[in-house]
Parts: sequence; structure tokens; C-alpha cells
Amino acid sequence: MAIVYQKSKGLTDKELHYCPGCTHGIAHKLVAETLEELGVIGTTVGVAPVGCSVFAYDYFSCDMHEAAHGRAPAVATGIKRVSPPGTTVFTYQGDGDLAAIGTAEIVHAAMRGEKFTTIFINNAIYGMTGGQMAPTTLVGQKATTCPLGRSKEHYGSPIRMCELLSTIDGCVYAERVCVTDIPNLNNAKKAIKKAFELQQKNAGFTFVEILAACPTNWGKTPIKSVEWLKENMIPYYPLGVYKDTAEVK
Amino acid sequence: MEKELWKGNEAIAEAAIRAGCKYFFGYPITPQTEVPEYLSLHLPEIGGCFLQAESEVAAINMVYGAGGCGVRVMTSSSSPGISLKQEGITYLCGAEVPCVIINVMRGGPGLGTIQPAQGDYFQATRGGGNGDYRTPVLAPANVQEAADFVRMAFDIADIYRNPVMVLADGMIGQMMEAVEWHDIEKRELPAKPWATTGTQNKREHNVINSLYIQPEPCAEHNEKLDKKYKLIEEKEVRFEEVDTDDCEILFVAYGTMSRVCRAAMKLLNDEGIKAGLFRPVTVWPFPYAQLRNAAERKSVKGIVDVELSMGQMIDDVKIALEGCKPISFIGRAGGIVPTPREVADAAKKAIGR
Repeated sequence: MAIVYQKSKGLTDKELHYCPGCTHGIAHKLVAETLEELGVIGTTVGVAPVGCSVFAYDYFSCDMHEAAHGRAPAVATGIKRVSPPGTTVFTYQGDGDLAAIGTAEIVHAAMRGEKFTTIFINNAIYGMTGGQMAPTTLVGQKATTCPLGRSKEHYGSPIRMCELLSTIDGCVYAERVCVTDIPNLNNAKKAIKKAFELQQKNAGFTFVEILAACPTNWGKTPIKSVEWLKENMIPYYPLGVYKDTAEVK
Repeated sequence: MEKELWKGNEAIAEAAIRAGCKYFFGYPITPQTEVPEYLSLHLPEIGGCFLQAESEVAAINMVYGAGGCGVRVMTSSSSPGISLKQEGITYLCGAEVPCVIINVMRGGPGLGTIQPAQGDYFQATRGGGNGDYRTPVLAPANVQEAADFVRMAFDIADIYRNPVMVLADGMIGQMMEAVEWHDIEKRELPAKPWATTGTQNKREHNVINSLYIQPEPCAEHNEKLDKKYKLIEEKEVRFEEVDTDDCEILFVAYGTMSRVCRAAMKLLNDEGIKAGLFRPVTVWPFPYAQLRNAAERKSVKGIVDVELSMGQMIDDVKIALEGCKPISFIGRAGGIVPTPREVADAAKKAIGR
């Protein structure tokens, strides 16, 4: 019998701990498939964040580091700068990790044009600590630390990382995708693969933002969460390519 | 062997290169900036990498990434910058990543001053980060020792898979002294099968990590680390005794302050008062038993602990002595170094002469 589908070799056999309807599983799969298709699992070092995906180091089958909260881009910089040429390096970070506590690290990694890829999971909330407001929480969206909804007057408007990073010369590729349906999922896979391919060509810093659902902390079913994401997140965080100026070296 | 004139900070940087360190991540801060300046020029010459980070926080995390890949890596800073590195240091200890950290101490607290001080003793020996961890700390008293200790620190880091700190101060960093680039003791170094060098599809993945979410594995991890720290306490204690036979006053001082004590000893000797010096070279592990032995000599009337702080190492001196002899304290903070005369007079007063 022909095998039509199997788990990527880029993943270990460890059972994922993610909630039903969470996007992390799909995002892990897309990254793992990309590493496998590019034939680089054995020469890749990944960096896991602090947040819901903290255990990503158990799930990816390549060598991994677990970084302090927000510091993954600095850790990845250290790894990339000392590893043999051809080593693939990536960070996998959520919105609290990347857009709050680790803002300096991601901006400066992009500024230096660090030759690694960042996969940014934006679900507009702090997941692991139980649904607190993130820098990406939408105005009016409720969270446990803004129970009446995020107030623009008190907290300002949510930060758009793709747009911000795309203004930096060292960032050569920035795209925002989602994985709510098959066409979008296929597009997300293409974006991730392109980012890793550009890294292999030493083009510069590459960034893929994935809009993600958090049914548990949004207080919605997985299906309702996908609907909410499409209706509320995509208008504020439009999908698309924000930067593609790769000069292949 | 030829002697060369070296500025302390530059000797520290050159010693790192001679120890086979090709990677440095740091951030400018007075009075240690010559370390990164020197390495920014010379590391690229040997195919290494110097990187000025956006902050001390980023720099120590770059060290974590690099050290996890198995290479020799160093960072340096001064007091407020070392405070910022504390998060990284506890992760490095938790994940058992070897590296060398230089602290060229200045006055505190807060922004303090840029002049030499020893106010980071608690932070260096007790740890400013969270959790149960230890870092071996070597405290040089001159530029020669700074050059030697940096090279020794890399070996200690690799042997125990742990960060090691070299605790200098603004005086050692800024002054020029003769340095001999003699060989240091050759030690057997372990392989690094844990390093994240890529699986090459030939082994299970390596993970550099300090997270043990279940209580039992986390407790086990702490017990394993504790065993290592006990081994370091057993094997790596270093100290120096000067003129301690028949001394009436026993000074306890480290780093720059120990040199002032040596000058004060001469002044006291001229007045017919015998004074000796016990100098901890490793401030962690602290030479408790050795200090106790020196202090218990019948001739010793009083212990005089002298520091460029308001009194931090004195806690360890008290632990060592367990009340067996009277202890006095002389200290100046804020970047002022007491003169030998001031130390000699205060010491005389301390023993009632």
C-alpha cells in the first residue's frame, strides 16, 4: 500500500501538549516539513521561546535551545555566528515573547540582518499564563488583565510586527499568513519555505508571521475562533508580503 | 621569559584569545570597554567573531547560544551591566553552558561611579539570578593574574560545564603592568557531546535547556548541580598567604585591596607590629578552612577584613571564623581606595595599639 501521508521527520514522537483548535500544531508541522524537504534537519539548530510553545524543543527533531523569555533572537544570533557555514537556524516565538519582552532582541537581530528565520505566532493573547493582554491584543478584545476590553486610551493600539520589521534594511523577507483553511495553509507553507531558502542563500533576516487561534483563552470553540480570527484579526493584521528585497549572496 | 607592558583590560582580552576563545559578545561600559575594543580588532584576524550587542541582556544570551554550540565564548562588563546579565547567568548555569564572564567592578549601587570598587561581591558569590546555582569566581590582584585567571577560567568552565567569572575592578582593568605570557597548568578537558552542532541525522537531538517542568526531574537536576558545586568546592579553592607566620594582625582582602594591605603591612612592620595577609583568590568557592587555620594561629590577635565596599566578604570571614577571633572591618565604597597609612592606622586601632 502506498503511503499518502505521514508525520514529518522534522518532528519527534513526543505527543503535543497544545489545546484543541490551537494553531501551534499546524505551524510546527509546516516548519518541520520545510526542514525535511530542504534536507537540513541534521544541520539545523532551532530556538524555542517562553510561552505556550516553550516545549517546542521537545517536538522538533533537530538540535534545539530553550531561550529565556524574549531572548530567542539573541540566542539564535550566538548560534548562527559560531556555527559552520550552511547551518540553518530558526526561532519560533509567540507574541508576548517577540513583541513585548523581546522587542529589542528581534529589532536588532533584523537590523544586523542576522541570517536566521523567525516564525512568529500571533494569537493576540498570552496563552501559557492564561489569557492576559498581549501587545497584539486588539482594541476592545477582552483578556484577564483587561477584563473590560483593551482600551486604546490606556494601552494604545496593538503593534504590527511585520510592518515594523519590514522598515529595517536587514530584514529581507517579511510575510503575514494564516492557516485557517487549505489555501491559506498552502500559502503559509510557501512563505515558510521561501524564508528558509533565503536563509540558505545568506540573504539576510527572514520573518514569517502566522495569525493564530487560541480557542481556550479566547473563550470560543475552535470553529468560532477561526471565524473570529478572519473577522477581527485579518482586518487589523492584513495578510501579505511586506518585504521581499532579497539580494542573494 | 620576556615581560611586556599590558593594560589590564587589554591583557584580559588577549588572554581570552590565547585560551582559544574566538567569540565575544558584549556591550560598552566603563571601566571595561578596552576588552571589547581590543577584541573587535583582533578576533576577526583569527577567523572569530566579535559582536557588539544591543544590550548586556542580549550579549549574555548570545553567549548562551554560542556556548551551547560548544565553542569557547566570553563576555565582559562592569557592575550595572553585570546586573543586566544575571538572567542569562542563571540560565547558563541551569542549562550547564560553559563560558567566561568578566566583571571589572565599579562603584554602586545603581549607576554609582566609574571608579574601582568591590561592591559586587554578594552578586558574584551568591548569584544575582534566580534559583540554586553557583559560579566559580577568580579575583585577580594584578594584571599578570588577570591574564592567567582568564585562561584558567576557560578550563574550569569546560571541566565543570559551568559559567566562570573573573572578578576584577576598575584599578586592575585600567592600570598597566608587566605581563609574562607563561604557560598555565595543562588540565584534561572533557569532550562536549551535548553541544548543538546539528544531529547530522546520526544521533538524537541535543537540547540546551534549563526547564524541568515536573517537580521530581527539577529536584533531581538541582541535586546533580549541587554535587557539581560540592566537587568545585573540594577541588578549586585558591588562596594566598603572605607573612602570616607569627603575625599579630591578619588582614583578609582580595583583588586591589589586598595590594593596599601589603603596603600597610610594611608600614606596620616598620613600627614593630607584625601583620600578615590572607587573600582569597577564589571568592567562590571561598577558602573557609584555610582562613580558619590561618586565623587560629596563637600570634593572631585580630582579623582585619578590608574591602572596597561597606562590608560584603566579611560575611564569609565570619562564617570561616565562627567567632574564634575578633574581626574588625575597614571599608571604603564609592570608588575611593584607602591609602596604606589609613589601613595601617585603622588596623592598629582595631587591635588596641
